[in-house]
Amino acid sequence: MAPLTEQLKAPQPTPTPSRPAVRLTGLTRSFGARTVLDGVDLDIPAGQFVALLGHSGSGKSTLLRAVAGLDHDTAGSGELSTPERVSVVFQDSRLLPWRRVLDNVLLGTPKRDAEGRDAAGRGRAALAEVGLAGRENAWPGQLSGGEQQRAALARSLVREPELLLADEPFGALDALTRIRMHTLLRELWQRHHPSVLLVTHDVDEAAVLADRVLVLDHGRIAVDLTVDLPHPRSYRDPRLGEYRERLLAALGVRPDGEPAGGN
Amino acid sequence: MAEHVSTAVVTAPQPVHPASMPAPAPATTPVSVARGGPTGRPRTRRLAPGPRRPYARLLGPLLLLAVWAGASGAGLLDPRVLPAPWTVLHTGAHLWTGGTLRTDLATSLWRAAQGFAIGLAAGVVLALAAGLSRTGEALIDGTVQVNRAVPTLGLIPLFILWLGIGETFKVVIIAIVVYIPVYLNLHAALAGIDARYVELAEVLRLSRWQFVRQVVIPGALPGFFVGLRLAVTGSWLSLVVLEQINATNGLGYLMFQAQNYGQTDVIVLGLLIYGVFGFASDSAVRLLERRVLAWRRSLSS
Ligand SMILES: Nc1ncnc2c1ncn2[C@@H]1O[C@H](COP(=O)(O)OP(=O)(O)OP(=O)(O)O)[C@@H](O)[C@H]1O
Ligand SMILES: [Mg+2]
Repeated sequence: MAPLTEQLKAPQPTPTPSRPAVRLTGLTRSFGARTVLDGVDLDIPAGQFVALLGHSGSGKSTLLRAVAGLDHDTAGSGELSTPERVSVVFQDSRLLPWRRVLDNVLLGTPKRDAEGRDAAGRGRAALAEVGLAGRENAWPGQLSGGEQQRAALARSLVREPELLLADEPFGALDALTRIRMHTLLRELWQRHHPSVLLVTHDVDEAAVLADRVLVLDHGRIAVDLTVDLPHPRSYRDPRLGEYRERLLAALGVRPDGEPAGGN
Repeated sequence: MAEHVSTAVVTAPQPVHPASMPAPAPATTPVSVARGGPTGRPRTRRLAPGPRRPYARLLGPLLLLAVWAGASGAGLLDPRVLPAPWTVLHTGAHLWTGGTLRTDLATSLWRAAQGFAIGLAAGVVLALAAGLSRTGEALIDGTVQVNRAVPTLGLIPLFILWLGIGETFKVVIIAIVVYIPVYLNLHAALAGIDARYVELAEVLRLSRWQFVRQVVIPGALPGFFVGLRLAVTGSWLSLVVLEQINATNGLGYLMFQAQNYGQTDVIVLGLLIYGVFGFASDSAVRLLERRVLAWRRSLSS
């Protein structure tokens, strides 16, 4: 296949809504002699919530960065099309410590949008949605870790993304806060309905949140599992156990917690 | 100051009666005794010094002054070596009303201010040009590094030849002394911008100008202030040297003359004035820094 590095560099807006929100064909990416992504094909329909699992070092972040348009290197090929408005939530909140919370949320947005709506008002509304009403004028350093991550979510929301990319957004949070954030993320998704690609190492998180779970292995999508359970899901739902087992097996972990022989 | 220190070490090992200890900790190991303190005090040692007190930095200089005054009053100091503070003050008042102190001071301040302003502007402009564009960096950075390696005060003879012995060369030397720390620190801060913020700016589709103005420059301000404080000190230091060897007026010249006539009190007066101005300008920069970098205090408090 001819390298199509230009497309890798700059994701093209999807021309018609009938096409999937995200289309990836033959995505290949190497670092030196190591091929991390080896011809990944992936379609994400508009409004679908997808979780991406995989071993550490399997290339999840590499895939996400390519979709986000953050991969400027030419050592890759493949076709990639994404929507116009893409938001990314990182593992760290990445709030600028020298801007107050509301100014962080509004970073880079025009004072009035195309429809003449006031940006500050929308920023406040987004902060209220993530439960941070009243903290608009705090410095990021004055927020707890979970609050910082919620502010980062608000910063994504205010851009009204068609595609939300998140790379282990709750990885640095404690278990209790993480469960709260799951509920919040799911609520936000139900309200705004972006397509979501959530990278995580947590099988439970993937099974509880996503409509569809992918497992990345050896540079390809090895498992593509639709989780057909109604929302909101409980972590104790026995039906969830079956999905969990299948995903753990795909990741090479036996139910007793020991890694299966061979990799 | 003593009180200040004691708040920081309030959790130092406290003697505890062995009977109050639950069980196995033997009283011979001071560490475990301290940990088991029954007082309910926080057990961690506070690593940051306690809260800052206003004007606390004045305490050291005032103490020094008190020791000086005490030693002079007790007759421990030979007035020819170090005159008493009141003698110096008296000389100061005398020179202020009857002598040249007023004009000397004004001349010195004007030199320092001009040199400082030019050096600051040059340092900022060069650092921005080198920090924000590859072409600028290629042209400027190496040149400044070479300039930095040459002792600026060693340039004095050359600059006198070029610019004459008037005001210009003095201002230029001060400007060079000032621009180097400003440039070095600001450039390092601009170049050291966290790659994660670059990524964020790309994701948020910031324009280049938005990125520079809202991410790069605010992020570089702490580094800039480090350079600014070095520059303030540097401007005073170079002023002393310049005025003592090549001037016909100014504070340094006053001291130089006094040296010839053995007027220790005038020399000490000059040193005191330098000290006061150095301290005052450094405090002004600190104050500005605290205002501008208000977001940093939120991390420490
Ligand atoms: N910039 C880079 N230069 C060289 N190698 C890289 C680079 N980025 C990633 N890699 C390599 O690519 C592989 C995949 O990395 P990636 O960060 O995508 O893994 P991951 O699945 O996100 O892992 P984790 O779950 O630990 O975050 C790793 O082996 C990593 O060493
Ligand atoms: Mg990763």
